[in-house]
Amino acid sequence: MKLLKLVPDNTNIKFLKLRIPFFVLSLVLIFGSWAAVLANGLNFGVDFAGGQEVRMTFQQKQTAPIASLRELVGGLGYGEPVVQEFGAPNQVSIRVALPEGAEDTPGAATAIGDKVIAAIKAEYPDARRDGNDTVSGKVAGEFRDQAILALLAAMAAVSLYIWVRFEWQFGVGAMFALVHDVSVTVGLFALTQMEFSLQIVAAILAIIGYSLNDTIVVYDRIRENLKKYRKMPMAELLDLSVNETLSRTVMTSLTLFIALIPLLIFGPPSLFGMVAAITVGLFIGTYSSIYMAGPLLIWMGVTSNSFIPTETAADRQEKIARGEV
Amino acid sequence: MLDFPLWKKLSLWAVTLAASLLALPSLFNVGGLDWPAALPDPEVNLGLDLAGGSHLLLEAKAGDVREQRLQNMEESIRQLMRNAKPRIRIGDVSTAGGQLSFMLDDAGDIDRARGLIEPTMQGATTVREWELQVVDGQRMVLEQTDAGVSQAIDDAMDSATEVVRRRIDELGTREPTIIRQGETRIVVQVPGLQDPDALKQLLGQTAQLEFKLVDLNALPTNIQAGIAPPGSEIFPYAPGTPGEGQSIAVQRLGGIRGDNLTGAQAGVDPQSNQSVVNIAFDAQGGAKFAKLTSENVGKPFAIILDGQVLSAPNINEPIVGGRAQISGSFTPESSNQLAIALRSGALPVPLAVVEERTVGPDLGADSIRKGMLAMGIGSLAVIALMVATYGRFGVYATIALVFNVLMLLGLMALGGFTLTLPGIAGFVITIGAAVDANVLINERIREERARGRKVIAAVETGYKEASRAIWDANLTNVISGVALFAFGSGPVKGFAVVLVIGIATSVFTGVTLTRMFVAGWLRKTRPNDITI
Repeated sequence: MKLLKLVPDNTNIKFLKLRIPFFVLSLVLIFGSWAAVLANGLNFGVDFAGGQEVRMTFQQKQTAPIASLRELVGGLGYGEPVVQEFGAPNQVSIRVALPEGAEDTPGAATAIGDKVIAAIKAEYPDARRDGNDTVSGKVAGEFRDQAILALLAAMAAVSLYIWVRFEWQFGVGAMFALVHDVSVTVGLFALTQMEFSLQIVAAILAIIGYSLNDTIVVYDRIRENLKKYRKMPMAELLDLSVNETLSRTVMTSLTLFIALIPLLIFGPPSLFGMVAAITVGLFIGTYSSIYMAGPLLIWMGVTSNSFIPTETAADRQEKIARGEV
Repeated sequence: MLDFPLWKKLSLWAVTLAASLLALPSLFNVGGLDWPAALPDPEVNLGLDLAGGSHLLLEAKAGDVREQRLQNMEESIRQLMRNAKPRIRIGDVSTAGGQLSFMLDDAGDIDRARGLIEPTMQGATTVREWELQVVDGQRMVLEQTDAGVSQAIDDAMDSATEVVRRRIDELGTREPTIIRQGETRIVVQVPGLQDPDALKQLLGQTAQLEFKLVDLNALPTNIQAGIAPPGSEIFPYAPGTPGEGQSIAVQRLGGIRGDNLTGAQAGVDPQSNQSVVNIAFDAQGGAKFAKLTSENVGKPFAIILDGQVLSAPNINEPIVGGRAQISGSFTPESSNQLAIALRSGALPVPLAVVEERTVGPDLGADSIRKGMLAMGIGSLAVIALMVATYGRFGVYATIALVFNVLMLLGLMALGGFTLTLPGIAGFVITIGAAVDANVLINERIREERARGRKVIAAVETGYKEASRAIWDANLTNVISGVALFAFGSGPVKGFAVVLVIGIATSVFTGVTLTRMFVAGWLRKTRPNDITI
């Protein structure tokens, strides 16, 4: 049986030749993402903005009366509602923001939620409430703080682990790669104005874990090659390591990708944003393993000597025998 | 590499099969089949976002606890001074700025007053709950200590949690989860509830019932302007009562609280045909109520619920039987709700719903169906790719993957963990990432073969060299999983649980199990060449 080979053996792609343009591109992506977040802001869902979101199914209609719902809920005096199709044409989600100054009034959000639901049910008796999320301003603020804290803590802890397992340069490289992955993912949400919710933060936290898998495989090989080819120039060694592990990088990303795609297409609509974030993060993570995590090692001066502390007693004996020490 | 002693093989299979069997009840359930009742049935709980139900986060207003303690202290000081022999005369008590302060008419009483008050400053615990200061030799100032306040809040929250539990039990909801969270919050989760509004109303009601004498000396114009005479306070009438829109002044102290009730029943008044709530006091409360009513025959007293006046009837005769009837424009539902609230006791602090998440049961079932479909297609795609790429080694990875999913489900059932909507995404990620270990191992074997190593040496090196990166990669995933768990509310925690358990099971099945399979095959056939 002839087996499938997605990546031919012994590739010799000069990835690192273009390290400066790609590194500049990465920086542009990072700062561009920050600029997008500052300029557009994030379309915070009910979790982070507070307010309330109702999901309803119109059981006796083919399509939900979105325009008239907008008018109906808009007329309740809580500002312009966000009404959009959700899952099926006769299903909608309706989001109303918390009015100014209601942040500190506990119970204000739920009161609004109840009124919106009652108003819709009075007008459309066939409307079935599928669910609603109501979050007060205070709780939303706590979610925002917790989200930022969790993201920073996860990035720091993962980088620290890499530092302990490899060398400080690798930890810094991983940190940069993570900043890149997280920034670009958040930037995409600012650009597309897709709803940014707790689930999206969960997705980004998962990305922090999984995007480094490729980086670790490459790093592991770099470490191995640094011990093996002591005299090889760093850029060449990095290229060799990336090429040697290329089929792994492609396969591990691909297996996760083809598992996620059906979930994106056929899965529950309320998971779409989260799965989309993970899928995009997967690609960004693979890219950054090659173009962020690698070149940084050169610039931070990793050489085969960086692994002197890991030199074994046998290595040392050999050196002494050769008279190098 | 090939050396897998029998005991090792048997124990690996035992662990694998035991954990996988634990998944069966959950699979039966999802498939709509009945699991035989005679067998043990550890089952994965479905989160509210999949099973339908309501999640409510209640928050207490801590400020009200301070307020309440201040008022209680004021009453007890007045009583102590009045009952002292000889009586200690004091001026008006000010509660401004969260502290109690009052002048003694005679500075010479200061030591006696201190001697009486000091013992009441110590609560049931060793915590010093109040600070007493004497200013200018004649004015006493009492301030609550932070430790005392937090102790009081803690106590109040404990009993509030108990009250919430009793109220939900009265509603007859099945399997509610009621947990205190942090200093001032209570999480309530009720599965399968169609309409959370009744629950929200019931929990939102403090049900603090008070009987207070109406201050007949207050001028109507002052009441309208919101200016209460000294020693009195103003309460508005509740919406829906005949007095709606108006307010009355009542004497601040000397009333009775509805804490000492033995029962409360909704009923209908035979004369007016209105919905009412009949209440019965316990012995102590009945005695207080009898004293209040017999001392004030002919005067009106206000029945106040949660700061709103329900009615202010005249006391026609002393009420000594310990029973009373409350009317106040109730509907049958609202009278029933009030009866439940009174029966289960007043909340020691008002609670507000600060977060609510409700999911209808249909949506959840739909999510499970769609999630299962997507998971099935995704698994098939991953399996096809693995088998096409690694042949026999891909088949081993596939068998490991099936056991991985079963063990993951089984361990979640065993640990009583909850599967949530994001948890379904976690399952799919686990499926896509679990085979990573096999990819790393198999690619390494390929590489070693290409370098000319013999089959067994190549396989051995493959497992050995790949395991370092597998270990590191999975540990970083665990780190981010821990951050996820610490960060998340319910659904996100469910995601974290799946990811972390999935990492453990996938390392076991992807590395250890496949190694056993491969070793068994190599031992039996001793091939000179392998297709990988």
